[in-house]
Amino acid sequence: MRELIRNAKLRLLRMHFEARVGHIGGNLSALEMLMTLYHRVLAPDDLFVLSKGHSAGALYTTLWSVGKLREDDLVQFHQEGTSLSGHPPATGIPDVIFATGSLGHGLGLAAGLALGKRLKGAPGRVFCLLSDGEWNEGSTWESLIFAAHQRLDSLTLMIDLNGLQGFGSTREVADLGSLKEKLESFGLDVEAVDGHDALSLERALLQPPTGGRPRALVARSIKGHGVSFMERKMEWHYHPMAAEQYAEAVREVTES
Amino acid sequence: MRNILTTSLITHAARPDFAFLTGDLGFGALEPLRGVAGDRFINCGIAEQNMISVASGLGRLGFAPWVYSIAPFIYARPLEQIRNDVCLHRLPVCLIGNGGGYGYGVMGATHHALEDYGILCTLQGMRAYIPAFAPDVTAAIGRILAAREPAYLRLGRDELPSGADLPPYSPWRRLLAGGGGTMVIVGPLAGGILAVARELPAEARPSVWILCELPVRMEEIPELFLAELRSSRRLLVVEEHVAAGGAGQMLLHGLALRGEVPPRFEHRFARGYPSGLYGSQDFHRKECGLDPGSVLAGFRG
Ligand SMILES: [Mg+2]
Repeated sequence: MRELIRNAKLRLLRMHFEARVGHIGGNLSALEMLMTLYHRVLAPDDLFVLSKGHSAGALYTTLWSVGKLREDDLVQFHQEGTSLSGHPPATGIPDVIFATGSLGHGLGLAAGLALGKRLKGAPGRVFCLLSDGEWNEGSTWESLIFAAHQRLDSLTLMIDLNGLQGFGSTREVADLGSLKEKLESFGLDVEAVDGHDALSLERALLQPPTGGRPRALVARSIKGHGVSFMERKMEWHYHPMAAEQYAEAVREVTES
Repeated sequence: MRNILTTSLITHAARPDFAFLTGDLGFGALEPLRGVAGDRFINCGIAEQNMISVASGLGRLGFAPWVYSIAPFIYARPLEQIRNDVCLHRLPVCLIGNGGGYGYGVMGATHHALEDYGILCTLQGMRAYIPAFAPDVTAAIGRILAAREPAYLRLGRDELPSGADLPPYSPWRRLLAGGGGTMVIVGPLAGGILAVARELPAEARPSVWILCELPVRMEEIPELFLAELRSSRRLLVVEEHVAAGGAGQMLLHGLALRGEVPPRFEHRFARGYPSGLYGSQDFHRKECGLDPGSVLAGFRG
């Protein structure tokens, strides 16, 4: 798994570098979660919604890693006439079931999928990856209330708790204190995990549903994880890499 | 129209793709549907954004959900969810808005929906169904189910005058022939206008058409309508909706593209709150010149 993640990270960096695209920080904070989910957890009947659509690069790279996107696809990232837009597309990638990118939509979509499975008596779980900044959105809380009230225990939230959002830290902008305690108070079954520890993530994600409560993994993570000059730096939500920065990032990841 | 909505949907409630979501509204009307639909009747609470996203999740799994609220609450607050979650994926989600236009009368401006179908018709694949009369609701529901595309069903009060001979539902219908110009009406206010117009001599009254589906599809415009328009050279569009994005603009745009613009075009539409005062639906219609007397006084041959 370590080797798979390292390769995916290198491919992610290259894809963003070649396309001269920013948003790399929040992709690096989420990569282990996506890789663990796709390689170790998702079964054929399971569904996934990327609510933090700005981590599309990490999702595309993960889909490439599991063989659902080809090398030919990744080179189209951010190009003219691509299906691999900067945020997940509405059409063109069968494994991407919803276009996301405006925050505060994914949890409701995932709740609808979980409800639909229950109404149909269909098997499978639903996973949703959210950012921490996304909890500023009122609609996310609407969906949380709904999922808990409807006892959607096939639903698992993964929250990329990297502590940074668009124009400041989550503490500076709209401090929520302990998200874990808040989610617990809404009736979820919550577990805090290390967002970069694939083994812990796998174990936590494979936990079976518990007694009618949706599950949430509050995954503490580092924006820009694995590249020292990007770590915990807000500007890497936006900047594309210069050639020397890319070379340094590759060196660090390769040696990790 | 809520009662016929309920009875019509009950006939579809056994479909495997049936699901009905409400934003905590429908008291006194939807109970029979709730009784029949069981766990497929979901009260999503007062949370319209989530409700639309949930409906989209259901739509992705093969459901064709009906999503109910009052008209002002169904299209504006969750507009981004309608655009991104429903329409970008062309999911068969039908929004149902009760009390379109000034339907909620003296409840006040927050409860009016004056720009609902205009806004929604800007979205990919969205089609608005505006039944003029109660029997149209059942037919519109059938068409929505057949289309399997994003839809908006705008309900109002049934104002069909007694003794009126209502032709079978179609996006375009002529209710009354007349020699005094061509009139197109959207929505239930057609009833009151029809009741007055039919008492006028045929050569003095307008030919009255009702339009129930938007955006205007040029191929659906009846040849009879175009022929009448060429001869009357005068068109009036009446709707309980603001001018911007309304049926008048849509129709005129379509006619212009075909080179069929009549020499005279008039438009009666919702003007908001000209006096700043509030009252019944009829009060607001009258303030906007949408009452039958005003509409017909300005439009006689
Ligand atoms: Mg963040």
